Amino acid sequence: MAIVAQSTEFVAADGSKGTLPPARSGPVVDWARLGPKLEAFGIPLLALGLSLILFGAFVIVAGHNPFDVYAEMYRGAFGTWFSFQNTLQRASPLMLTALCTALPARCGLIVIGGEGAFVIGGLGAAAAGVALIGAPSVVVLSGMFVAGAIFGGLWVGGAGLLRVRRGVNETISSLLLTYIGIALLNHFVEGPLRDPESLNKPSTLHIGEANMVGPIPGLDVHFGLVVGVLACIAAFVLMKRTVFGFGAAIVGGNPRAARLSGVRVGRTVVLTCALAGAAAGIAGTFEVAAVHGRANASLVAGYGYAGILVSFLARHDGLAIIPVSLFLGGIAASGGLLQRVFGLPDATVAVLQGILFVVLIASDTLYGRVRWPSPKEAS
Amino acid sequence: MADTTLGLWGIPLAMVAGAIRVSTPFLFVSLGECLTERSGRVNLGLEGTLVMGAMSAYGISYLSGSPWLGVVAAGVIGALLGALHGVLCSKPRVNDIALGIALMLLGVGLAFFLGKPLIQPTAPRLGAIPLGFFTDNAQLRSALDVNVLFVIGALLAPALHHALWRTRWGLVIRTVGESADAARAVGYNVDQVRLFATMAGGFLAGVGGSFLSLYYPGSWNEGLSSGQGLMAVALVIFARWSPKRCLYASLLFGGAGAIGPALQSVGITGGYYLWNAAPYVLTLVILTLSSSATKASADMPAALGVAR
Repeated sequence: MAIVAQSTEFVAADGSKGTLPPARSGPVVDWARLGPKLEAFGIPLLALGLSLILFGAFVIVAGHNPFDVYAEMYRGAFGTWFSFQNTLQRASPLMLTALCTALPARCGLIVIGGEGAFVIGGLGAAAAGVALIGAPSVVVLSGMFVAGAIFGGLWVGGAGLLRVRRGVNETISSLLLTYIGIALLNHFVEGPLRDPESLNKPSTLHIGEANMVGPIPGLDVHFGLVVGVLACIAAFVLMKRTVFGFGAAIVGGNPRAARLSGVRVGRTVVLTCALAGAAAGIAGTFEVAAVHGRANASLVAGYGYAGILVSFLARHDGLAIIPVSLFLGGIAASGGLLQRVFGLPDATVAVLQGILFVVLIASDTLYGRVRWPSPKEAS
Repeated sequence: MADTTLGLWGIPLAMVAGAIRVSTPFLFVSLGECLTERSGRVNLGLEGTLVMGAMSAYGISYLSGSPWLGVVAAGVIGALLGALHGVLCSKPRVNDIALGIALMLLGVGLAFFLGKPLIQPTAPRLGAIPLGFFTDNAQLRSALDVNVLFVIGALLAPALHHALWRTRWGLVIRTVGESADAARAVGYNVDQVRLFATMAGGFLAGVGGSFLSLYYPGSWNEGLSSGQGLMAVALVIFARWSPKRCLYASLLFGGAGAIGPALQSVGITGGYYLWNAAPYVLTLVILTLSSSATKASADMPAALGVAR
């Protein structure tokens, strides 16, 4: 019994499916129990360190002092109150789009269509907002969020349904749906929903200043941050503390075993995907309701793709997504400063993200290879 | 110059010409991915390889003045990215699909970073074979200008088919893709074969990218690729892992992608952006029809995880 309790605790604390630690007895420090926990924190940190070294080398090749660049990035992300608010502003959509990858990951699905759900959610929200103009702002905003969540949910839920019903690979279908979503956005803002006065940048009509979501009192950050944090906590509770989440984890481990133990696999997958899409759709809604006031090409800003990285870096754990979003939001926020101070291209941030992603995925190989108790990396 | 316009005949003509043009990158990427997947691995990073290839081809062509040197450079860069995928994936517990997504983001980011100074200058472009030499009709002539890379790709498809099914190399690659254990038992180094197949696949994807920047659209900018690299992965599933069928599928996808511009060329502009989505919708429909929830395609290499 003791072994069983110990094993479940490991799975809950680690946040990702992993091999059960072999039961060992005896030593004062229970490495079998502590080891995996140290790995769960240590290996991503190691990957982060290695990425920073690699990116530093890249910066040197580009002709800059990496320490200067990192100091400037820190200043641009967390150094001043202004830059920290900028970071928070960018972190809030990341939390929601990261859930778009993290939730289906529990069912063993790799969904990379957060960008599409974000865009189509924003478009649906803008359409609902324009349709409801004139109504009390509570009605307008409710309608927008419902529309955003439904459109986003349909997008990724659709990918889940295709997976369950037809065995269509969800990674590919969710990405195809992203391009379809962007094409729909272009079609509607150039055509049926176009504000005739938006000449340079075709957009939908403005939803009206009175209907905009305001900032959090005392901050220059919109309420999407609060919703993002709450959504991440809710996702954690749903996936780690409920029967539904447990069922999803079994589906992720072995769909046949899940079916045999009475989990309704199809329903679980489709519902999880729909929730995931709804999260990204709500992020898109905030982008319209709190930032732009209208839907246009600015919605296609890469928040969905960055969310994939956040989710993987957080090992698809709802609670871990919050600090990781802040971290990557900070990197994104510092991009502007890097352009101004060093004249580096805006893609610099994307290079750092790419290096981080590759090193992180490659670091998966280290799990379970560290020889405890002597804490040396066995790479 | 003839004074005639072709009227409505311009639509199918523009579509055929467009199909050949649009399909070329699909063709190269899907042939590369087909080879890689036959060895039992999926490289989703080919989208990044495509964009990197486009950037480096443009850069090398601009610096050296020779577009063909650019094509080769794009292939070499693609092979290097493929090698990165192949080496990292041979480590235990590294997921090839997740790594592909990571490499896709890295490749696109690197290409945008390094390609920043290349947006302004004009690089020498690849030439075309003027099959329309017999006619004076300008529209017909431009439609019959067939790019050299397409011809190479169209010849490569049956050649690759032959290589996979009629040569020893092909047998080794397919064995590794069907059963790594069996290949190991016969004495082949599975990781090495997969590394080779991923590098070759990356080479082809890089060449596909060079087409984008050196022929059509024929310049370097950050909106150059819109998912062709990933659609090619879907296309390989549709083509049931056969290089010959990759050729036909690429032409079909190219045709779908050419509908919008073809309609626009004769003045029909309604729903232009919706027609842009046609290839994606077509891919999705085809995937839906050709997949099955209960059993994997009989042609699928058994070691593959993409179409579980």
